[in-house]
Amino acid sequence: LIVAPTLAVELDGVSLTTPILIASGCAGTGREIRGLLDARRLGGLVSRSITVHRELGAPGPRVAETASGIVWDTGLQNPGIEYFLAEELPALAATGAPVIVSIAGTSLEEYVRLTSALHARQEVSAIEVHLSGPDLELRRPVLGARVDRASEIVGACARLSRVPVFPKVPFGGNLEAIAVACVRAGARGLTLVGPLPAGSAGGSSGLESAVGWLAGPAIKPLVLGAVRRMSQALPEVPIMASGGVRTTRDAVEMLAAGAWAVQVGTATLIDPQSPVEIARGILRYIRHQGLGSPADLRGAAVETASPRASE
Amino acid sequence: LGDYRSLTIVAPEIAESAAPGQFLGIGMPDDREFLLRRHFAVHQASRRGGWAGTLEFVFAPVEPGARWLAGRRPHEFLDVMGPLGRGFSYPRDLTNCLLLGEGMGAASLYFLAQELSARHKRVDMIVAGRTLGSVFKPIEGKRLSKTISIVTGDGSLGDRGSILDVLPRMVEETDTEVVYASVSTPTLREVAAFCRARRIPAQVSIQEQMACGTGLCYMCVIPIARADRSGYDNLRACVEGPVFNPGRIVWERWIRPESAEQNALEASEG
Repeated sequence: LIVAPTLAVELDGVSLTTPILIASGCAGTGREIRGLLDARRLGGLVSRSITVHRELGAPGPRVAETASGIVWDTGLQNPGIEYFLAEELPALAATGAPVIVSIAGTSLEEYVRLTSALHARQEVSAIEVHLSGPDLELRRPVLGARVDRASEIVGACARLSRVPVFPKVPFGGNLEAIAVACVRAGARGLTLVGPLPAGSAGGSSGLESAVGWLAGPAIKPLVLGAVRRMSQALPEVPIMASGGVRTTRDAVEMLAAGAWAVQVGTATLIDPQSPVEIARGILRYIRHQGLGSPADLRGAAVETASPRASE
Repeated sequence: LGDYRSLTIVAPEIAESAAPGQFLGIGMPDDREFLLRRHFAVHQASRRGGWAGTLEFVFAPVEPGARWLAGRRPHEFLDVMGPLGRGFSYPRDLTNCLLLGEGMGAASLYFLAQELSARHKRVDMIVAGRTLGSVFKPIEGKRLSKTISIVTGDGSLGDRGSILDVLPRMVEETDTEVVYASVSTPTLREVAAFCRARRIPAQVSIQEQMACGTGLCYMCVIPIARADRSGYDNLRACVEGPVFNPGRIVWERWIRPESAEQNALEASEG
């Protein structure tokens, strides 16, 4: 009996046709994507992080290149949840890709408002909870840096949400404790870990704000390590790897390290087709390995000599 | 080409639809530590004749990506996206157009000059550079315009000075009705103030560091006043620009590295 391999993955209630998604902040407003790639071939896309009120964002320059990466800071520019629901969410859904909405608050109340606002919208496949912003309520620089606070917020979102909630756990020493607490509080999965807080020269060679987020291939080993650690600690919990994936091989490594799906960010900015190309490469890889689906890669060794896995 | 390099590529589909002010995104090799596409204004898009289907863009080999590009040999393949962005629009009723180009910013204006002339507009130009070597193709500028004024910072070609030194005279002499500019940011601010004071409509092409060039990432924003004057929005230079009405730029919100560095220098000296 020969069964054709499939790219489909199931993240505890979120069904994706491929394990490759576009990461938050790299999918535009839904209008741009249409001319750039066939989004029906994406596993999904994560919206830019949406706040309660419109955010005008950081002053420019917002991006600087660094070795194998970029340091960037948009200041979470977005039109606010009301406009997002009216204009962007329908446009994102019309691309044909499953939509995960990223939400960012500065207080518990804002997360509650954002989750509630999404409740009635059928276009939403899951919610990603951005936890790297400041906590204005408790006056702390990073909202999700503490176990109790992260689980309080994620728990509230999970109770209110009709769809699975994936906290994007910030990178740090207590990542494991935060991730475990979020899952106990009701998170159905985890996004690990996204861009890392970083600095940049000011002036013409860097960012206006001189602080930002490091993304791109430079952070891949850190993400890979976090994914492996958390998949061993929480083997039943779907993990979306996010950070540094540029090639099919990078994605295969993330899946082998224990990711259930992989988000592609910076590489999408460089080549909008890359998430689709990476998914194609994964299909070739699992076919070549005689596997049935990307899930079969979890815990597997990565075959280095496989054809075109390193495209 | 003095301080600049020019590349001509064969890309018939892009050449057919490219308009002045639009730009190209050139992919970088994937075995280097610099990642992002480099974005360059279209200098020439040939649709007819022996060069049909070709595009030309101009760059200065001042950073690793552009230096890599400068090392390409004939017949190599490049990864090119385009045409990107919203280009210049042409005046319907007005005829006398003054084009201001500084450094390699002039590259996109020569393409614009051709399109304006084809629409029976009068084209005059001011072309500027720091030195002789950074004045972009002055001979071609002369060919494309009715009158041209060339200025350099050191006086090595044309008049000594800046665009602003000759702008009032050129506007008088050519009876300017519309200004198009592709200049550095400090010059742009002065040009915008001048045009506003004289009530001359203007369009400017913004030179802003881009990441994706396709509107996905919101890294290349310019603060533009809302039409109802209720504030401003950070609009993307890549899809909502790179051509903007300079009268709508909110300069106080557009903090430029040049000015930041200048302030720091002044502070350290002061």
